Amino acid sequence: MQHQPWVEKYRPRTIEDVAHQEEVVHTLQSALASGNLPHLLFYGPPGTGKTTSALAIVRQLFGPELSKSRVLELNASDERGIGVVRNKIKGFAANAVGSGVPGYPCPPYKVIILDEADSMTGDAQNALRRTMETYSKVTRFVFICNYVSRIIEPLASRCAKFRFKPLQGDVINARILHICGAEGVTMGPGSMQVLSAVSGGDMRKAITTLQSAVRLRGSPVEQATILDVSGSVPAAVVQGLLAAARSPHFSRIQQAVTDLIADGYPAQEILLQLQEALLADTSTSDAAKGRILVRLSEADKNLVDGSDEFLQLLGAASFAQRTLAAPAHG
Amino acid sequence: MLYVDKFRPKALEQFKLHGNVADNLRKLVVNGDCPHTLFYGPPGAGKKTLILALLREIYGPGVEKLKVECKPWKIELPSSKVELEFTTVSSAYHVEMNPSDVGNRDRYVVQEIIKEMAKSRPIGADGQRGFKVLVLNEVDRLSKEAQHSLRRTMEKYSAACRLVLCGNNVSKVIEPVRSRCLCIRVAAPTQQQVVEQLQAVAAHERLTLPPGLATRLAEASERNLRRALLSLEACKVQHYPFEEQQQVAAPDWEMYIKEIATDVLAEQTPKRLYQARGKLYELLTNCIPAEVVLRRLAVELMRRTDDQLRHTTAEHAAFYEHRLQEGQKAIFHLEAFLAHFMSSYKQYLISCGQ
Ligand SMILES: Nc1ncnc2c1ncn2[C@@H]1O[C@H](COP(=O)(O)OP(=O)(O)OP(=O)(O)O)[C@@H](O)[C@H]1O
Ligand SMILES: [Mg+2]
Repeated sequence: MQHQPWVEKYRPRTIEDVAHQEEVVHTLQSALASGNLPHLLFYGPPGTGKTTSALAIVRQLFGPELSKSRVLELNASDERGIGVVRNKIKGFAANAVGSGVPGYPCPPYKVIILDEADSMTGDAQNALRRTMETYSKVTRFVFICNYVSRIIEPLASRCAKFRFKPLQGDVINARILHICGAEGVTMGPGSMQVLSAVSGGDMRKAITTLQSAVRLRGSPVEQATILDVSGSVPAAVVQGLLAAARSPHFSRIQQAVTDLIADGYPAQEILLQLQEALLADTSTSDAAKGRILVRLSEADKNLVDGSDEFLQLLGAASFAQRTLAAPAHG
Repeated sequence: MLYVDKFRPKALEQFKLHGNVADNLRKLVVNGDCPHTLFYGPPGAGKKTLILALLREIYGPGVEKLKVECKPWKIELPSSKVELEFTTVSSAYHVEMNPSDVGNRDRYVVQEIIKEMAKSRPIGADGQRGFKVLVLNEVDRLSKEAQHSLRRTMEKYSAACRLVLCGNNVSKVIEPVRSRCLCIRVAAPTQQQVVEQLQAVAAHERLTLPPGLATRLAEASERNLRRALLSLEACKVQHYPFEEQQQVAAPDWEMYIKEIATDVLAEQTPKRLYQARGKLYELLTNCIPAEVVLRRLAVELMRRTDDQLRHTTAEHAAFYEHRLQEGQKAIFHLEAFLAHFMSSYKQYLISCGQ
């Protein structure tokens, strides 16, 4: 598999190799030992091991051969409307459980993995309730999503819920070192810290960034290369916007925002770094910081809803400018 | 052939603008491999040009033998049949398309058509490259469902297929999709760079381009190279030899927005608002995106008012543009923005004692 990207090449095959998610790993390991598996709900940000864990547990329970008949994996690339729930999923759930194979625990149930369930409609989820109840003896469900709120309560309440945490710096470091060892790559001084900082807890992002950095400039991997490929907004750019917001002239913030957008910096990333810069700033009163942070969060929400980057940034910057100009009180 | 096409660099080593991005891309694919990528940046910055050159770097000039097809697709769903029609541009190695064109049924394109393409082995006759490339334009306009539908496909078939995604607004691309890509920022050229490009094209075409005109063309383009080159060509048709003072025409729709701004500044009454609505409708029926209208209008109004009103306008523009994205009918929100502006402006005038 010459062309397999490292993220796939180094996807953990067994539960115990999933890093940082001790709670899930522990539960799944005892399920392996006892054969008892509850319905599961995995949720958390991208690249934290949700899909990996679900695939690993079924492989370890049934082995590759039996998985074909015992496991149904449906993800967002599959149509999952009500029709599918009523026919395909129900049909699979109703199937009789065949005999096991040697070498694997093969407990007497099937597993239905509904990955990326964020995009399933409420109607389709509702249609699942009955199926889940009726066939609970012979079928286990694994729901996977980024936001737990996307799963309707009647389904969620039947599951053991596990939150996948963003991976901490040292955990990312350990995994990256493992990959570096296997690929014969070394990290230059300070590169490791930079890599885990830019990944923001997303292991997939850390691995992709590493592989791209290696392709670009080879080994040892330098800090600058990582910053270059990670696409993070340079600190000076954010400081520039903050300085504009401290000036009394509207034209300064308008110019700054216009430039940021033309330079292609992602507005959400700017908001995030602006937040950090503001928190670290000692010359601003807590009250002013608080008000500005609320406004930044609104802008972020609006962006997620699909709003225009220029207008949202400008709106937030305008608010910041007015707040910083107001005489401090409290 | 238009200048924009004629002077598009073809190979990565020819890039003067974005030279460092092009350099990086070359190194990225040096072993014949590449990650999923997401190119983002403002319109007219040169994303598409880089992508085409990247494909050429991977596959050689064979990728330039293009076939354009517009065909109907029949998709069998468990409960219904969906019929779609859309255009693909393909070579023996890659397929390019714009799945958001089909509107709210875009997820079927991703779930059925793109997944099938990703699954099948490389199309190349020689099969020497292990993977094919799917180029998806305007990913930021894909529905959330369609974007989710890309996720597993990007993982499962990553040995046989690479995605190259392209869009303006990365905030509209869901985080799990961004996490699966190497994100490549393509900044718009600076005004100075636009001037240089214009001069280079002029030299090639043996035209004398007065520096003053070049600067004004660059200014008017707002760092959009495509627009600058098109205006250069328009100027040439209009009047050659060029004159230092020659007029650079703005697009009609922009003039129209300026008129609306003039109207509401002149008089703040329901009658004016009603007239403005007519003009807003006109813009919308001419397919100018509502957010573009609102953004322009806000910029124009801010240009002609003082700081106090600029703040108010910026705040209202952000508010109503968000409403517009959430709502159904753009006209409500555009009109509400104008009404709100009129009222703030009127109050302001009164407070100034006019
Ligand atoms: N906890 C982890 N331990 C080790 N590697 C991990 C872990 N989490 C993620 N990875 C790496 O990141 C890649 C993606 O992980 P995975 O597919 O499990 O993410 P996910 O949580 O399902 O994300 P998404 O929400 O985007 O679908 C894996 O192939 C693996 O290389
Ligand atoms: Mg996943």
